[in-house]
This record gives sequence, C-alpha cells and structure tokens, in this order.
Amino acid sequence: MNLTLPRWVDYGLMPLINVAVAFLIAGLVVLFVGESPVQAAYLMVRGAFGNGYNLGFTFFFATTFIFTGLAVAVAFHAGLFNIGGEGQAYIGGLGVGLVCLSMDTVLPWWMTFPLAIIGAAAFGALWAFIPAYLQARRGSHIVITTIMFNFIASALMVYLLAGPLQKAANLGPRTRDFEAGGQIPKLDWLFKPFGVDMGASPLNISFLLALIMAGVVWAVVWRTRFGYEMRTQGVSPRAAIYAGMPEVKIIVLTMMFSGALAGMMALNPVMGDQTRLQLDFVEGAGFVGIAVALMGRSHPAGIVPAAILFGALYQGGAELAFDMPNITRDMIVMIQGLVILFAGAMEFMFRPALARIFSAPAQQEKIS
Amino acid sequence: MDTLIQLLDLTVRSAVPLLLACLAGLYSERSGIVDIGLEGKMLGGAFAAAAAAAVTGSAWLGLGAGILVAVSLSLIHGFASITNRGNQIVSGVAINFIAAGLSALLGQAWFSQGGRTPQLQKVERFNPLELPLSETLSSIPIFGPVYRDLISGHNLIAYFAFLMVPLTWWVLYRTRFGLRLRAVGENPAAVDTAGISVSWARYRAVICCGVLCGVAGAYLSIGVSAGFVKDMTAGRGFIALAALIFAKWRPVAAMWACLLFGFLGAIEIRYQGVALPLVGVVPVQLMQALPYILTVILLAGFIGKAIPPKAGGVPYTKER
Repeated sequence: MNLTLPRWVDYGLMPLINVAVAFLIAGLVVLFVGESPVQAAYLMVRGAFGNGYNLGFTFFFATTFIFTGLAVAVAFHAGLFNIGGEGQAYIGGLGVGLVCLSMDTVLPWWMTFPLAIIGAAAFGALWAFIPAYLQARRGSHIVITTIMFNFIASALMVYLLAGPLQKAANLGPRTRDFEAGGQIPKLDWLFKPFGVDMGASPLNISFLLALIMAGVVWAVVWRTRFGYEMRTQGVSPRAAIYAGMPEVKIIVLTMMFSGALAGMMALNPVMGDQTRLQLDFVEGAGFVGIAVALMGRSHPAGIVPAAILFGALYQGGAELAFDMPNITRDMIVMIQGLVILFAGAMEFMFRPALARIFSAPAQQEKIS
Repeated sequence: MDTLIQLLDLTVRSAVPLLLACLAGLYSERSGIVDIGLEGKMLGGAFAAAAAAAVTGSAWLGLGAGILVAVSLSLIHGFASITNRGNQIVSGVAINFIAAGLSALLGQAWFSQGGRTPQLQKVERFNPLELPLSETLSSIPIFGPVYRDLISGHNLIAYFAFLMVPLTWWVLYRTRFGLRLRAVGENPAAVDTAGISVSWARYRAVICCGVLCGVAGAYLSIGVSAGFVKDMTAGRGFIALAALIFAKWRPVAAMWACLLFGFLGAIEIRYQGVALPLVGVVPVQLMQALPYILTVILLAGFIGKAIPPKAGGVPYTKER
C-alpha cells in the first residue's frame, strides 16, 4: 500500500477532496432538513468573512484551533495519538488562571502574559506527561489514558471552579474577573491599516503567538535532532530503537510538547476574551484539533489554513444558526466528524485512484 | 436495608447501558477492531429510538430504528477500518462527532424543541416490569424486598442486558462464530490461512457491536427516560470502554466492572454532599472521575495487567 504521490497532490489536492466530500454530505443533510444548501453556504461564508467583526471572530476561533491542531500534529509525528488535547487545554487554563489571579493586580499585562504562557504550557505538559510516562514505561495505551484524563480534567476543573477558585456561589462555577494585568490586548490595530474594522471581536495577540508556535513546531520537527528522532519513532519505532534513540524520552518529551501546545490554547479564550476562568471554556477545541491536524496533514503550513477554515466554520455556523433556525451549530460538529472520517480514517479511499492518475509509471516501478 | 436495596437498584439502572455498550465493544474489540465510537453509536441509537417511537407510537419500532442507526454507524466504522484499512481510532472519533452533530441537528430540524424529541407516552416506552409474585413474596425477610425492589421492576431491556452476559460468553467461547471472532482478533493471518474471510468475521463482529449499542441507546431514550435529549449518553460510551478494559475483554468480568462503575454512579447520585463514615464528604467530582482513575491505574498495570486482543487496532493486509 505504498502509494507515493506528488507533494502538491498529497498536501494540497487530497485534503481539498476530503473536505469537499465532507461538505457534499453536509449539503445533502441540509437538503434533507429542507433548507437550501447553496443559501446555507452563502450565509455561512458571509457570517465568517462578511465584515470585520465576523472576520475577527473567525480568526479568534482559528487561533484556538491552531494551538490544538499543532498539539495533535506533533504527537502524530511520533506515531502517538493525543486525543487528550481537550483535557490538556482545560488544565492549561488552570495554569493561566492561577498566574492571572495572583499577578494581575501587581504586574502589567506584558509581564503577566509571558508568565501565563509558561503556566499554560507547563500545566498542559504536565497533564500530558502522566499518560506519556505510562505509555512509555508501563505500556498502557495512550489513546485510552488520554481519554480518561479528559474526563478526570473535567471533574477536577468542576471541583476547583465550584469550590476553591469560585468567586461567589451565586455567580456559578467561575473565578473572579481578571484585572487589567490579566487581560491581553485585542488585535484590531493590526487589521486597521487594511481597512478592516474588527470592532469588539475578541481576536487578540495570542493569534500572533499561535503563528509563532506554528513556526516553532516546524523548526523543532524538521530542523532539530529531537524532531528527527521523533519522526523516526513515528515511522518505525523499531528503527528508532535500533539506532539507539531513547524511546521513553522521545515519547515523554513529544507528548509534553503536544500537551504544552494544547495548554497554550487556553490563553486565547481565558486571557483574550472571557478574562476569567470559567467552566467548559475549551468547548471541544481539543477535538477540533484532530480534524485540523488531519486536514493540515500534520504540517504547520497546512494546519494554519485548516484552522482558519474551521474558525470560519464555527463563526459562520453560529451566524447560519441565527438565520436558519433549523440548522443549529451542531451541523459544524457533524462536518468536523465527516472531515475526520474522510481526511483521517478513509484517507486510503481516494489515494489509489489519485496515485493512478498522478504517479508516473516509472516512479511506480521504482517502488515495486 | 431499604437504603441498600435502593442503592443497588440505582446501581443496576446505571449499569445497564454501560453493560450493553461494554458487551458491544467486547464483540468489536475481540475481533481486532478497536472501537472508541461506542459513545456515538449509543447516542445515534438513542436519538433514532426516541424519534421513531415518537413518530410511530411504538416502542418496538423505536428499538428497531435505534438498532438500525447504530448498526449503520458501525458499518461506517467497519468500512473505514476493515475495507479501507484506516486508522480505527480516528474512525471512532469521527463516528462520535457525526452522531453527536447529526442527532442534535435532526432533532432540532424535525421536532423544534432544542434538539429534544417530544415527550413519549407510556405506551411508546419500555416500562418497568412487575415480576410474578413480587408482592406476595415481599413478606419473606431479605429475599422478599430484594426480589420486589431489586430484581423486579426493571424494563425488558435491562433483563435483556443481563441475559446477554451468559449469551455472549456462550457465543464467544462455545460457538464456531465465537472462535473465529476471537481468532481474527488475535491472529488474523492464521484465520486467513484456514480459508476463512477475516473481513467477513470482523464485519459480523462490528454488526453485533452496533446492535448492542442501539439497544443501549434505546434503553436511555425510550427506557429510563421519556425522550431524547442532546448528548444524553454523557460519556457513558467511554465509561463502557473503561469497563471493557477493566474486565480485560471478558464478558462475565464486564458485567462486574459495569456494576462497579454503576455502583460508583449510584453513590454519586445518592450521596451527593452527604458525609460518609470515615471519609467525610467526598467531592461528587471525585466519584465521577473514579471510574476513569481506576482504569488508568489498571492500564498502568498496578492492579493486574490488562492485555488487549493482540491484533486490536491493526488493519489486516492479506499479503504484501
């Protein structure tokens, strides 16, 4: 089943076909529900990109998905499936929250922010460390453990937010609002010169951090010794062991890197939008990361556009639900599932056909 | 005594959907198809059952629809992971999202009640059954109340779930189908050599899995509650998965694991905020997290070793 494709097909055309199929099915569902798919698509695009405010929301969601997408992708490279991004982001939020709650009155935001980044990354990494260690040392399956850790994280956060960290019982499970030191600036100034007015949209500087992290991930995975070891481990764990690469260390460090990225996702909603720690701020973003990573073929250059696409889906879907009450935001969850199905589980379905079309005969002979 | 019986009764009620989903996963995983889509299939089944029961007015048609939808989702998983040799975990994740999105979307579009299905009448549900002589025998000490309040008074699906335990054991260990099912999960190449289709055996296992998931969903939406609510499975599919690991992929042990996790659930409901002897007030969240924590500890090999079917998660390629 070794079908090599030209790079542009593998990284460009394939994801497009997968997404197109997912959208086609979604369109059929819209039709089935009795609405016009064309109209729905129009409303969605307008809702995502129609004006500056909406565009700001699209990029706000995209920021979150870049982080979680990178997190899943990093683990993929080492052959690990980190399904625990959700929990790691949640616990990462705890790191952000603790930093902000203790520093926001003392330090200005530009000093709190780096500390919060460290807090988010450290807590996220810690939450990934235990499953990673258990996989590497004790052989428990990382997928199952990370799923379990999602639930444990959720229970822990409910306990903390409804208990020790709660501001007041009548306000529900959340902390107090952060002071100015715990709030990061919006990003509307960056888009102003282009004539885009983002108004009160929550897009903030963590978007820039997400782009930087995309660069960092690229550099680490493809330009360092550790990245090389990681990818070797992913392609062939046996080869990695034979080459004397430290298996346990690779697994643990990769997962901690992945968890740190997932944890940093929390900066965006917690410091950039809600400016307090509250229940369920992750809202499934950890799982969206799986779809984003699969669609972006685990490469930062693919993940960023894939994250923007999903950002547009989330924002456009919210607007769509407003205009067509029959089509709720749950449709986005379904599309996400379809993208995961076609870009991930069924990636081999279109591959043979594409290989027949695009692979030169000579190249195929070389393979066989 | 009464509180104990009530607690155990609640245990059974929480354990039934777990047990059905757990046995469903058992069929699939014993055949080498890892299934983290139990949650989604249960949810899809629950929605279809409630929707069909609401429209047709028949609980049985509801159950049928639930099974049909869950089996369809199973077949998607099978198509992705058996025929296309895709990643089974990715496929399972996809199933969960498709089911979660589609059920809520269609629920809203069809019934316009915020993703709920209409409240079901008594005839459209599986109602508690009164076992014979339960009142007459209730004067017998211990046995009487236990029989009346614990053993009697569940719906048909609950009895079916517990019946499935010995049945599954028998199918797995005493039939040709079961032998082949276990064999494709351990060493598919050997089964293939014997001239038996690996794909077909796995497809059948996956269909069994779908049927049971559909029944589990129906138990939730047209058994213990009177309709479907968005995301009503609430992670039960994953607890079932945990129970399956806890039971080391064995049917009878699966029942005990589900009863244990059901018991934890019952304590959580019953003793919320009540101070227990010796330990004081246990945070309800700890009880909620306990099944997961126990599973992690078990998986790490600290209480026995959970060894999954050898070929689990590995797509079978006939030859290279």
